[in-house]
Amino acid sequence: MSMNTQGRPTGVGTVGTGASGSALIPDEPLLFEIGDTEHSGVDLPDVTFNSDRLGGFGRKTKLDLAGLTEPEAMRHYVRLSRMNHSIDSGMYPLGSCTMKHNPRLNEKMARLPGFSDIHPLQPVSTVQGALEMMNQLSHWLMTLTNTAAVALSPKAGAHGELLGMMAIKAAQEAKGEAHRTVVLVPESAHGTNPATAAFLGYTVKPVPAKDDGTVDVEAVKAALSPDVAAIMLTNPNTCGLFEPQVIEIAKAVHDAGAFFYCDGANFNAIMGVVRPGDLGIDAMHINLHKTFSTPHGGGGPGAGPVVLSEALAPFAPVPFVRKGTNGLELVEHIEDAALGRVTAFHGQMGMYVRALTYMLSHGGDGLAQAAQDAVLNANYIKARLEHIFSVPFPDYPTMHEALFDDSFLKETGVSTLDFAKALIDEGFHPMTMYFPLVVHGAMLIEPTESESKQTLDRFCDVMAELANDAIAGNKDRFTSAPTKAPRRRLDETRAARQPVLKWEKPADLPQTAE
Amino acid sequence: MTTKFTPDHEYIRVEGSTGIVGITPYAQEQLGDIVFVELPAVGKALKKGDEAAVVESVKAASEIYAPVTGTIVEVNSLLTNEPGLVNTDSEGAGWMFKIAISDASELDTLLDADGYAELTL
Repeated sequence: MSMNTQGRPTGVGTVGTGASGSALIPDEPLLFEIGDTEHSGVDLPDVTFNSDRLGGFGRKTKLDLAGLTEPEAMRHYVRLSRMNHSIDSGMYPLGSCTMKHNPRLNEKMARLPGFSDIHPLQPVSTVQGALEMMNQLSHWLMTLTNTAAVALSPKAGAHGELLGMMAIKAAQEAKGEAHRTVVLVPESAHGTNPATAAFLGYTVKPVPAKDDGTVDVEAVKAALSPDVAAIMLTNPNTCGLFEPQVIEIAKAVHDAGAFFYCDGANFNAIMGVVRPGDLGIDAMHINLHKTFSTPHGGGGPGAGPVVLSEALAPFAPVPFVRKGTNGLELVEHIEDAALGRVTAFHGQMGMYVRALTYMLSHGGDGLAQAAQDAVLNANYIKARLEHIFSVPFPDYPTMHEALFDDSFLKETGVSTLDFAKALIDEGFHPMTMYFPLVVHGAMLIEPTESESKQTLDRFCDVMAELANDAIAGNKDRFTSAPTKAPRRRLDETRAARQPVLKWEKPADLPQTAE
Repeated sequence: MTTKFTPDHEYIRVEGSTGIVGITPYAQEQLGDIVFVELPAVGKALKKGDEAAVVESVKAASEIYAPVTGTIVEVNSLLTNEPGLVNTDSEGAGWMFKIAISDASELDTLLDADGYAELTL
């Protein structure tokens, strides 16, 4: 097979027989390698312009896009999708990602023309149904969290997190407390938390975790000072534990004049069971794409609404929906607003419909049961595997995810990474690895409520069998894995050190020998 | 010539009034393949414990802290294109920066080779 300088095979439909690919899953060429830039896949009549009205900015060079027919393009993407592992093809127990099933009812609702065929600039009198949907979703989110306001528009969890922290910053400034420049972040928090604080110009002060994996209220008190603007806590934390002292922590934080930001990425463990507002949180983002189904994981778009307490509600960004004299209206501008608008339009409408569909089809009691089932499933995995795998924090039952460390792999020559790769050969997406950082060689498994007992049993059987095989010294099975996936082990080091970010025309390259 | 260590796995090799700083072989092994090193600017003044550099490996990004107070006098610019030197020779060609030591007594607060070895047992 001929290769271009990047080591990619060239030519159409090249069937790999060597290091990668198999007879049934051929290496997939790039679109540029299927079509060429000299031909077009569609016939368009010539257009004559009198004036292009581009003021001289019209493109003067060739666009050089590959010309493909619709079936060629379609087949390319379908073939690629068959190499992918998705929640629709198998269990996807990636910790802290809540890879739950996306019910097809969500898709049916999101495709209703009243939601899918409208334009953000339409007169509000013609989109009352869509506004009512946003209004109901806001109501559900505020009710589930017991908070005073919600900004729906953030496009992802990290975006909502940033806005929550911007609201906190604005509130501190409004109080004349702009000198508060420190944000406390416990070691068991999500990685985005310190990044968000640093992005806003705050100095991040870590709070050490206790030996049992939870945050110590005394350590928080010791870290609090008149410089502290907020704490960013993840609850349940990334060790899968519910913070037992969260209410005391909230009180200490408020007494010190600071705000309490809670990372809501793990809300699936407590939705419908615990209202974060009752714990004293001031702001929390909610990943609609995790907790309330919707497609995600490199697939669908995200949506990260942020809920705000009474104290922060005046600093919420626009737009939001409110009841007016002529029905619902969308508030898009406020004089002297602290934050103003944070997205081009109103956010991810399709995600809103899917999340609200999930809520309405479950009901309040159904959401609580989903959370309880998710916790039950994680504890089932922990109980079935803890005699082989090492549990770093055995003092508490786990919440929605089970955490193991790599001490059972000691002396085997098999790393957490090797172990995860071997799981691919067994048909499972690996768990989250090497996170949280407070645990050596962490493996974080989140089954969600979607998986049946049969699937959990099969997963546990495979995990136990792999662990026993590693301990028995069958190292090759792990270091050579994956052997059954469309690709062999990727060279992550080379990919990071010498990334290939641009396609080059093989014709422009020196000819390589066949 | 003495070499001292921090509990955060930096070493400082003292040559006169200058210290050569990098990460220990233990640290590079824990991090795995290093793919990027961000070095401080020459002339930058740092307090003991300030963030001086960042190393990124296939597993994680980690800060490198100044083991003593001082001013950066030289950085190992080879690491920009060859971050793998930190893996192959962390105490030699994989050094990160040289710092003019402001207060030599700060060195006494650091670990010696035996103390560091005990820490990484």
